[in-house]
Amino acid sequence: MTNPSETATVAPTPETKFAEDIVSVTQLTKVFDVSKPWLNRVLEGAPQQHLTAVNEVSFGVPARGVYALVGESGSGKSTIGKMLVGLLPPTSGTVTVAPGVRMQMIFQSPFASMNPRWRVGDIIAEPGRVTHPDRDHAKRINELLEMVGLSAADSEKYPHEFSGGQRQRIAVARALSPEPSFIVCDEPTSALDVSVQAQVLNLMRDLQRDLGLAYLFISHDLSVVRYMADRVGVLYLGRLIEDAAKDDLFDNPKHPYTQMLLEAAPRTDTFGRDVPPPIGEIPNSITPPSGCAFHPRCPLATERCRTEPPEMRHLGRRLVACHEAT
Amino acid sequence: MTQIERAPVTPDVDEGAQAPTLSIRNLTVEIPTRRGLLRPVDDISLDIAPGEILGLVGESGAGKSMTGSAVIGLIERPGRIAGGKITLGATELTSLSEAEMRKVRGKRIGMIFQDPMASLNPLKRIGDTLIETIQIHLGLSREEARTRALSLLNDVGIPAAESRMDGYPHEFSGGMRQRVVIALALAGEPELIIADEPTTALDVSVQAQIMAELKRLCRERGVAILLITHDMGVIAETANRIAVLYAGRLCEVGRVRETFEEPWHPYTRGLMQSTPSTIAGDEQLQQIPGAMPGLTAIPSGCAFHPRCSEHLNACATQRPDLTRVRQSGGTSDDAATHSVACWLHTPEQSES
Repeated sequence: MTNPSETATVAPTPETKFAEDIVSVTQLTKVFDVSKPWLNRVLEGAPQQHLTAVNEVSFGVPARGVYALVGESGSGKSTIGKMLVGLLPPTSGTVTVAPGVRMQMIFQSPFASMNPRWRVGDIIAEPGRVTHPDRDHAKRINELLEMVGLSAADSEKYPHEFSGGQRQRIAVARALSPEPSFIVCDEPTSALDVSVQAQVLNLMRDLQRDLGLAYLFISHDLSVVRYMADRVGVLYLGRLIEDAAKDDLFDNPKHPYTQMLLEAAPRTDTFGRDVPPPIGEIPNSITPPSGCAFHPRCPLATERCRTEPPEMRHLGRRLVACHEAT
Repeated sequence: MTQIERAPVTPDVDEGAQAPTLSIRNLTVEIPTRRGLLRPVDDISLDIAPGEILGLVGESGAGKSMTGSAVIGLIERPGRIAGGKITLGATELTSLSEAEMRKVRGKRIGMIFQDPMASLNPLKRIGDTLIETIQIHLGLSREEARTRALSLLNDVGIPAAESRMDGYPHEFSGGMRQRVVIALALAGEPELIIADEPTTALDVSVQAQIMAELKRLCRERGVAILLITHDMGVIAETANRIAVLYAGRLCEVGRVRETFEEPWHPYTRGLMQSTPSTIAGDEQLQQIPGAMPGLTAIPSGCAFHPRCSEHLNACATQRPDLTRVRQSGGTSDDAATHSVACWLHTPEQSES
């Protein structure tokens, strides 16, 4: 692991912050090489290009808790999820998992994440066959199917016979099959209609509480995050910019970006609200702005923000990466 | 004769308002298939006034997009408009020939789709796309069209429009592309814009920008907008009125505020209560059991009755018509603007 930084303001140290965390992430960084092919670089003199998808992100997921990562496209939320479960190697930084923790993942697409030629029972049993080779798999499949609101008869069917919502239930059953204590949920309901989304969210929340699971819940949808999370981390261009308990974050956001996001999220209780829309767009992550990456869009930006990237600092009970937030 | 009584009550716009820009009467779309006749849009009637945004909301398969396609005459064969009338201003669109319809499409009706690349040619500079569109619809010279294209790009909030005229679509971000598509939709100075999930592919901050832009253009130019979306939040923030579709049928039409604050139809209520909110507390989300029926298996009577916790005997056998209801606490004006298709709220009809 790389030493965090020379600056003394790096707030969270693993000892203090991650004491009871089931999974913790320290200074996690992922850099992708997005250079043009070698021949182009030679012939056109094109430079090497690197995209820092995740930039020194640290947080912890508490046991039996739900930590949500929220951010817009390109913020690095899915990349973090993949690094956590080992689907992508980090460029630097560490993922620390408490002893005995078993991880699973639920993906966004209920179509791409299942082998269409496998029967549902086999799909669900597969992870359990690895972790619990001696168990009565048929019995366990039935238990799992009932747990997620399907019936035992469904185990003989193929994925295409189910609707998107039912498939996501199958994905939940598959994730539960090896009896994990931690599940990474990457936009699990983004592909679903709202009435079906409510069913799946309720199911996931009930299971989390009943089975004492911990979730890393990745979503772009603030309202879904508010419903599911205990603690929320907000990402902007690969950096964690605010990390707070759910109610603190939603009721009293501190980082100007979090404020902007919450202001921009459509609400169902303010009709014809005429708030000035956010300024600008997310910058290119290959050439991010200097200093604080949010400064070109930030109403509070000062000279310091243009030059010096803010470190995460404590502000009351939360962490915020902003020079100006009070 | 029953025809008169059965004629669905159309949700009129405010009293004293101008004639509607778009008027849909008893629209039915049918698709003949080997498994029988499917009806993705079933007897829908709607009006949109000039300068009004009507939000058409529903889940996948409810018939939202099919309704939009019917209005612009782009229903793919073997689907067809099996009944009803669509009137734009004084023109009855359903009786136009394909050649006549082509003059309406793009000129009098602008279109914005979820994927901006569906409307933009990737091999064409966006300036050329705009200029060509303007020339076709308004018959201007290339120079005049260019000036107009520039002012349109400025209007939809594209910075440095002059230099971006020469850019190709791939050089634009998703939000900027959608702005170009809005400019394109405005190019023929249309009376009506059909926006089909215009912000679904965009990030929330960009979505807010695009919706603000649409609202402003609608207000300033008096364009009527049919906003098709599955997102209740977008409707609440943007639309003047909301129409809720279920299985190809309208179940509730009313002003946005009243409908959100006091939904009459159990499905509308279910939709509202199952939508998570950024301001809500920790209460369990209400969920509607089951899923929307497929077009091959639409239940008898009220299509929603198998999922409805309040259904009556009549619900399983008789289909409720869209009927005006009085919003409690509302003035008599409001009564004309709120309609619901539910036996719970049509006592005089359930007797018959």
